[in-house]
Order: sequence, then C-alpha cells, then structure tokens
Amino acid sequence: MDQTNPRNGTVYTETIVFSAPEQYVNDAPYQLAIVDLDDGVRLTARILPESGPVQIGDRVVFAEDRNGVAFYARQ
Amino acid sequence: MRPVAVIGVGKTAFGAFADRDLRSLAVEAIGHALKDASLLPSMIEAFYLGNFAGPSFVGQNHLAPYVGLAAGLSPGIPCTRFEDACASSGAALFHAWQAVASGVYDLVLVGGVEKMTSQTTPKVAEILAGAGDMAGEGNAGATFPALFAMIARRHMHQFGTTREQLAAVAVKNHANGALNPLAHMRKSITLEQALAGKPVAEPLTVYDCSLVSDGAAAVVLAPLSRAHEFPGRFARILGIAQTSDYVALDAKADITTFQAVRRAGEKAYQMSGLSAREIDFAELHDCFTIAEVIASEDLGFAPRGEGGPFAAAGCSAINGRIPINTSGGLKSKGHPVGATGAGQVCDIVMQLRGEAGPRQVLRHHVGLAQNLGGSGATCVVTILGAP
Repeated sequence: MDQTNPRNGTVYTETIVFSAPEQYVNDAPYQLAIVDLDDGVRLTARILPESGPVQIGDRVVFAEDRNGVAFYARQ
Repeated sequence: MRPVAVIGVGKTAFGAFADRDLRSLAVEAIGHALKDASLLPSMIEAFYLGNFAGPSFVGQNHLAPYVGLAAGLSPGIPCTRFEDACASSGAALFHAWQAVASGVYDLVLVGGVEKMTSQTTPKVAEILAGAGDMAGEGNAGATFPALFAMIARRHMHQFGTTREQLAAVAVKNHANGALNPLAHMRKSITLEQALAGKPVAEPLTVYDCSLVSDGAAAVVLAPLSRAHEFPGRFARILGIAQTSDYVALDAKADITTFQAVRRAGEKAYQMSGLSAREIDFAELHDCFTIAEVIASEDLGFAPRGEGGPFAAAGCSAINGRIPINTSGGLKSKGHPVGATGAGQVCDIVMQLRGEAGPRQVLRHHVGLAQNLGGSGATCVVTILGAP
C-alpha cells in the first residue's frame, strides 16, 4: 500500500456531534474529524457512518465527496 | 501614549428576555455606565460598540448609531460597530483605548450587546458557526461545541486531561454564578450532574458549554490624568493587547494551545510590567470548560498541560491561589457574545473596587480579563489595576 497517498491520513482529533446546525439536523449524531493527510495537508472531514467511529491516531482513507464535504472511512 | 482609566461600568442582567430588544438592552447598560461615571451622554466624544451578529440574530444592521443615539449620545460623534466574533467588545475596548491613549479623545464609551434567544437552537448554532471558516469546517458540520470538543479530545490525548477535570470548571463557575445577581443561570451543580449532562459534541455535555443569552455591558474610558474628576472609583488600564490567528481550527498547528492568547498575554504583561504571578484574579473566556483550562495555561496561571488538575484542585476557586471567573463566567453568568468582553471588564472593576459582595476576592489589586473570538482567531487581554 502506498503510505504517501494524499487520500490517506491519520485522525488528529475527532468528536461526535449531537447538536447539529440547522443544515445538518437530520444527520445527527455524526462524527467529525480533523485529518492529517499523508502529504501534510490538514482538513476537517466527516467520517462515513457505516465505517464506525474512529479515534485519534486511526488511519483513514478518502471515501467520497458530498456537496463539497469530504467523507473519510476507517482504512 | 498616555495612561488610560476606566471611570464607569454598567451591565444589564444576562438571561433570556423575551420582552427586551437589542437596543433597549444596550441603552440600559450605557445608562448604568454613564451614571456610574457621573457623566451626561452628551459628554461622550466617541462610541465603540461590540456586536457579533445583530444582523443575523435580529435583522438589524448599522447598530452603533442605532444604539448610541437612542442612549442620548450627541449626533455628530463617531459611532462604530466592531465585530470579532465573541471578542467583539474586547476589540471595541482595545480600539477605544488606543483613541484615548493617543490623545484623540478624552471621554469614550465602549458598549457590547447581543440578543440571541429569539432564535431556535439549530439556528443559533448555525449563526455562531459563522465565527469559524464556513467554507471548510462549517460546511463539514462543525458547530462551535464541535470545534471545542475536538480541542478537548486532543488536550485529553496529549496531557491526560479528564472529563472530571473539565466538569470541575463547570461546577466552580456555577457555584460562583449562583452568587451573582446578574447571572443568567444562578444555580449550583454537582460534579455528577455535570458528568451526566446531555452530550452536545463528545466529550462535551451541556454543562461544558456556555449559555445562549441576551445582555449588554458598557465601559467608560478617560485619560488617567482626568480620572479624579469623576467620582466613581476608577481603575487603571495597566496593559492591553489584541492579537489574531487563523480562523479555521484545522489551520492551526497545535490546537491544545491558543497562540493568539499567548501573544496577547505576553504583550499585556510586558506593557504592565507584571507577570502571571502578580495577577490577583481573572475573568477567562470559558465559552467551553476546555477553553478556561487552556487559557489558564496560556496565560501562565497553570503549567502547560496542567490546567485540568489546576482547576480540579481548587486553585481557581474564589478562595484559591488565583480566583478565575468569580462572576460565574460565560458558563453560568451567560454569554451574550458581543457583550462578553465589556462584561468581563465590568466584573473585574467590581472586584477591584471591593463591590463583588459574597464573591469578593481577598486580594484585589490587579485583575486580568481574557476575551476570545472563535476558536482562537482573536484574543484581547486587558490587565486592570485599582487606583
């Protein structure tokens, strides 16, 4: 596996959001994470619900883009 | 630069006031502050108003003259609104201080106001999210509790900070707020209650989050050389600084510390010639319990990574080594966003004067106020001293 693929990264921090903004009320609860991508970029992303919750240090991979929001899944 | 004094302070109660509009709250606070300074509104030479999101919360723009003229200020003076998220009235104070210190004006009024409770919780969350990077973290679904929850998770991971230590901050601030007649939520809570609170964004519960409040605060500044003309007991501004950092949380290299707070603290300490150990008490921006923990570290009251144990050990209680948030903080006193920075200064001045009643701290010569905007993109630190 290519460890430097910029679509892969490591969870820097995360939270599960219960009280959502108006736009995402129907998604709650959902997991949000700041991901350190292997190319050095850091971004805020959602974790794909079906991949299960992730923790700090977990490896994640890009899953899909929904309306400009990056969704990651456990690798 | 000439030395500057606070010659009057005034606040409304903070709370949910269905029958009060933004303007009436601001006018009330201004009236209290002018009376405290024994000034007529017509004597004010410039007005600096902090407000975060009046246009979104109540649909009103152009707030400074809208409020100022209603409070009786003279037509013809400059009235300007300052917006730096939750540090809006801290920023207004900083710029008002510059104007007096540089000799442009003598008698200047600083106000802060927010009317938040007429909106639903999801709408409030959405408006507050506008203090972050809406195209990035906001679009991904980050509320402010979510941003500070991610900060808390990382702080716990790196330093072993516990949920119990965060809850200890909430318990302390509620105990203080219960003694404050102007506080929004005047009730004590137990550690068990705080830990069992409804989750907002894990690991934060409702008891880790500050309140959505209506309220206003006002402060009058004058050159120190003229402070004796005004019978209210004045306070000296010993140090003040405003700093900035990236708005997006994911643009900051280390989210377990706020560089903007460290830099503002360093500058304000340097200007005052004081160090952290010479501060008698402080009002820190506890928008979330973790924010007070980190601010206590960034300002040098607790060693790095030890803000949690510091709070849990009672070091920041009213009778502790350095009392923090004797007003109840944003947690219990309430957080009408745009009023918070000016409100903190009012609370510091009350303590300096020895007028804090059952919350009065023993040593009250020097107090520090720290006002934070967003997830650390703006910070204003003000150090005030008794005359």
